[in-house]
Amino acid sequence: MIRRTFTKLLAGATLATGLMGTSALAQDDPVRIALVVKALGIGFFEAAAKGAEEAAADLGNTEIIYTGPTDTTAEAQIQVINSLIAQGVDAIAVSANDPDALVPVLKKAMQRGITVISWDSGVAPEGRQMHLNPSSNPLIGNMIIKLAADELPDGGKVALLSATTTSTNQNIWIDEMKKVMGDYPGIELVATVYGDDLADKSYREAQGLMQKYPDLDAIIAPTSVGIVAAAQAVVDAGKVGQVNVTGLGLPSEMAGAIDSGASKSFAIWNPIDLGYSATMIAHALASGDATAEPGAEIPMGRMGSVTLDDDNAGAMADPFVYDSSNIDDFKSIF
Amino acid sequence: MTTLHDTAPGRQIPDRLQSPLQRRLKSWETLLLLVAIGIFVANSFASPYFLNAWNLSDATFNFTEKAMIAFAMALLIISGEIDLSVAAIIALASTAMGAAMTAGAATPMILLVGIGTGLACGAFNGVLVTRFGLPSIVVTIGTMSLFRGISYIVLGDQAFRGYPSDFAFFGQGYVFWVISFELVLFAVLAVIYAVVLHLTNFGRAVYAIGNNATGAEFSGIRVARVKFILFLLTGLMSGIAAICLTSRLGSTRPSIAFGWELEVVTMVVLGGVNILGGSGSIPGVVIAAFVMGLVTFGLGLLNVPGIVMSIVIGALLIGVIALPRLWSKWRAA
Repeated sequence: MIRRTFTKLLAGATLATGLMGTSALAQDDPVRIALVVKALGIGFFEAAAKGAEEAAADLGNTEIIYTGPTDTTAEAQIQVINSLIAQGVDAIAVSANDPDALVPVLKKAMQRGITVISWDSGVAPEGRQMHLNPSSNPLIGNMIIKLAADELPDGGKVALLSATTTSTNQNIWIDEMKKVMGDYPGIELVATVYGDDLADKSYREAQGLMQKYPDLDAIIAPTSVGIVAAAQAVVDAGKVGQVNVTGLGLPSEMAGAIDSGASKSFAIWNPIDLGYSATMIAHALASGDATAEPGAEIPMGRMGSVTLDDDNAGAMADPFVYDSSNIDDFKSIF
Repeated sequence: MTTLHDTAPGRQIPDRLQSPLQRRLKSWETLLLLVAIGIFVANSFASPYFLNAWNLSDATFNFTEKAMIAFAMALLIISGEIDLSVAAIIALASTAMGAAMTAGAATPMILLVGIGTGLACGAFNGVLVTRFGLPSIVVTIGTMSLFRGISYIVLGDQAFRGYPSDFAFFGQGYVFWVISFELVLFAVLAVIYAVVLHLTNFGRAVYAIGNNATGAEFSGIRVARVKFILFLLTGLMSGIAAICLTSRLGSTRPSIAFGWELEVVTMVVLGGVNILGGSGSIPGVVIAAFVMGLVTFGLGLLNVPGIVMSIVIGALLIGVIALPRLWSKWRAA
């Protein structure tokens, strides 16, 4: 027993050294891609895993290992990644609990020939080959005004309900939106108010907008707190059908607003597409069909392709639009 | 386990009920060792990736840092006290090291800051318990929030990163082939603690205090001083663990090592230390560390979800503690 163990141990070690630094995949062996999430049991990530399985079915001969820790700590995620390195998976696609703490273990994974990418929540550049953002600031800025304009073919007045005046993301998206206002003639931005991402303050600000601008046509709230509060304010004011609430929100929280008609449509990333794209990219990199370098275009199956910037990061797509046709499918997911 | 069964009418009480060999065979450590071997064999059959030197080496990182603290914690629990602030001490020590690093300190200075913070935290706990006579469980629940709270105030949602490259050795370096620095440190500390607990007067004093603190006091043992030293040691080990963990992560966040105190206590109890004090051994804790490491790593290789792992560890703990008692009851009946 002891002797056998020892020889196996030695054999294993030589095998490991032999494989180090190469990513050659033996033919017919399935490509094993690990989708590592922040924590198991979260609807958003379960949906991403569904997308990953879909990608695996499209690719063929691909095995998805959907895994993650029980709680959202970096230490627990490192333990998970260590066991994936031990299994010699071909690729790891991770949504990180900590952008820095995962770097050493992911570096080790890359040294042993494993393709490493991050998606959703990124890792510092030295710890991954590329990062897939769900969307990009210009795409989001364009999407929020487009959603409002699509319902207003003859033009109209819109107002913005943001979070805080110092919220970096919000301000970037609003700036990007203002840049493309010219593409939507007839749409006039009358005011920008701040609800501080508090439900009651956002509600009062939305009420104030409707009182100050009785002919207001739409409220754009690129925040998941603000959009729900604004929709409630519109319902309570009896202005459903006159004022359309749109922006960025979560399907589970917005299902009521879509049902009542206070919101015709809103947008947010689609976790299924995200899991699908991450898997497609991981497969392309692991099998050598693509290389992660600035400027590279990496194919993502039905999602088109992603172009990498100087940090080897790329944006997947426009935010996904949710309306009465698909809200029921997504409201139970996230 | 020298429980006295009903003695014969003559009331002749033998020195030993069992021969030393018999006693060793029936000891907790032997049972644990069998469990560890069983898990090892089961793992090698369950996963083709288990018996690989590098993989086994990686697996040791799952427990080495916690086990270092578990050694000092074992002594503390044997003496009848407990320290629940150990994970928070790691957070504070790591934060202090990060601050020192940001201020331009080189690696030796960073190490000193980590160890110094650990010692200071341990001394703080020790003074509160021994000088003011407060129950250690209450004191350390308080300092658990206090120490980590300071880290949160300093860092908020930020992180210290950019530790010097030679600092990485302590959590990522290898001394020889697959033998990591952490594993060597773990082994050296295990020997030191085993010697201190089992072969020195200090070790005997720890047992004496745990069995009967008043009796120990009257026997000339300076109970308060021994307990203070034990808190100091626990703080020191937390500081050393903080160095290893910070080096392994290459960064500091205030949530570092969150929830580790319970895993450390689990390791100590699984190792056969009586949670009420008075008995236990370092070899037991060492084997328990391997058992926990092997179980989590083996299940990880099978991609078993973390929640199932927690259930298995819990079942293992209850099982290993309950089985010997059920066994002796069944034999007595």
